[in-house]
Amino acid sequence: MSRLQTLVNGIIKGNPTFVLVLGMCPTLGTTTSAINGMSMGLATTFVLMLSNLVISLVAGLVPSKVRIPAFVVIIAVFVTVVQLIMQAYVPALYQTLGLFIPLIVVNCIVLGRAEAFASKNKPFDSFLDGLGSGLGFTLSLTVLGTIRELLGSGSFFGLKIIPGDAILIFILAPGAFIALGYLMVLFNKLKKA
Amino acid sequence: MFLCLLVICFGGSALLGGVYLITYQPILAAQAARVNQALGGVLPQFDNMPAEEAYQVEVNGKKMTVYPGTLNRELTGVAVEATTNKGFGGQIIVMVGFLPDGTINNTAVISHTETPGLGDKIDPRKSDFSLQFNQKNPESFRLAVKKDGGQVDAITAATISSRAFCDVVDLAYQAFRQSIQKEGGIQ
Repeated sequence: MSRLQTLVNGIIKGNPTFVLVLGMCPTLGTTTSAINGMSMGLATTFVLMLSNLVISLVAGLVPSKVRIPAFVVIIAVFVTVVQLIMQAYVPALYQTLGLFIPLIVVNCIVLGRAEAFASKNKPFDSFLDGLGSGLGFTLSLTVLGTIRELLGSGSFFGLKIIPGDAILIFILAPGAFIALGYLMVLFNKLKKA
Repeated sequence: MFLCLLVICFGGSALLGGVYLITYQPILAAQAARVNQALGGVLPQFDNMPAEEAYQVEVNGKKMTVYPGTLNRELTGVAVEATTNKGFGGQIIVMVGFLPDGTINNTAVISHTETPGLGDKIDPRKSDFSLQFNQKNPESFRLAVKKDGGQVDAITAATISSRAFCDVVDLAYQAFRQSIQKEGGIQ
């Protein structure tokens, strides 16, 4: 597989949200607005890139018995780094994402990419794979967030464009499932075409 | 095997320690900025540093932080940061500013996890719900929703959030009364 393919694979063919259906908890939880979804995606991307890179560097040295604990420690370190940096420099965003930041540790996408790709491939390829999957995740979360925000609170990236109350259910959990379901159908239809 | 995990954990903790040291000051500054911003919004005019003169008061076994605001050494108001767990989504933290006679000057929601679109209307940026408490003295104004025999108009479809907000303001008022008593009446 060429490097470009590695990168693009995570965005379309192996899109974590719409195709692999991984990491549903943050997907449903943080996409109440476009900006929240995008920030969550970018935070995950950052963790994915660095954890993939480091894991592929150490994969040969770690005995397979303690593989998972070692990977989890590495991932947890990067998540905590993200958490501290957000708390220090973007406290408002940290407030809204709150609980979901530490939950990146147990996000299936991060551990999945570590296990399925980074532990078997070269560091640079793993880095690209992390970047691709991260961008795919960010893209899905931003699209889902934009749609839910538009329908649920009548605004676009925080800018109110439809006056008055909107369809509240799209901000709540059931709306997340409905919007996600329709987006999956659409994405898979477009992917085949 | 053990050595490998040890090395990874050691490297990880070293990195975390470094990042913690770098971000320690900015995190404190960001938290202080949030408190100061809320204080400026709920207290009447003051020229001291309420955050530096803050102290703790205990009401029903819960600790609450009290920030006295003074102008020319005269007490102009007291802000109380109160917490309740009775919210629909869990904890609600509210800063309530009182005038020296106990009248509510203004309130500010510091943090909450109420349902977006329903319970989050306790936040003055979302609805006028919390404004009805301003200029009311809990001495004569019953801090409960009308359904419970009080005088507060609840948010439609968010009675639990409204109750929790009344509860947190009431806790803040009790803390205010205690702190005034402790200071021996109005300074």
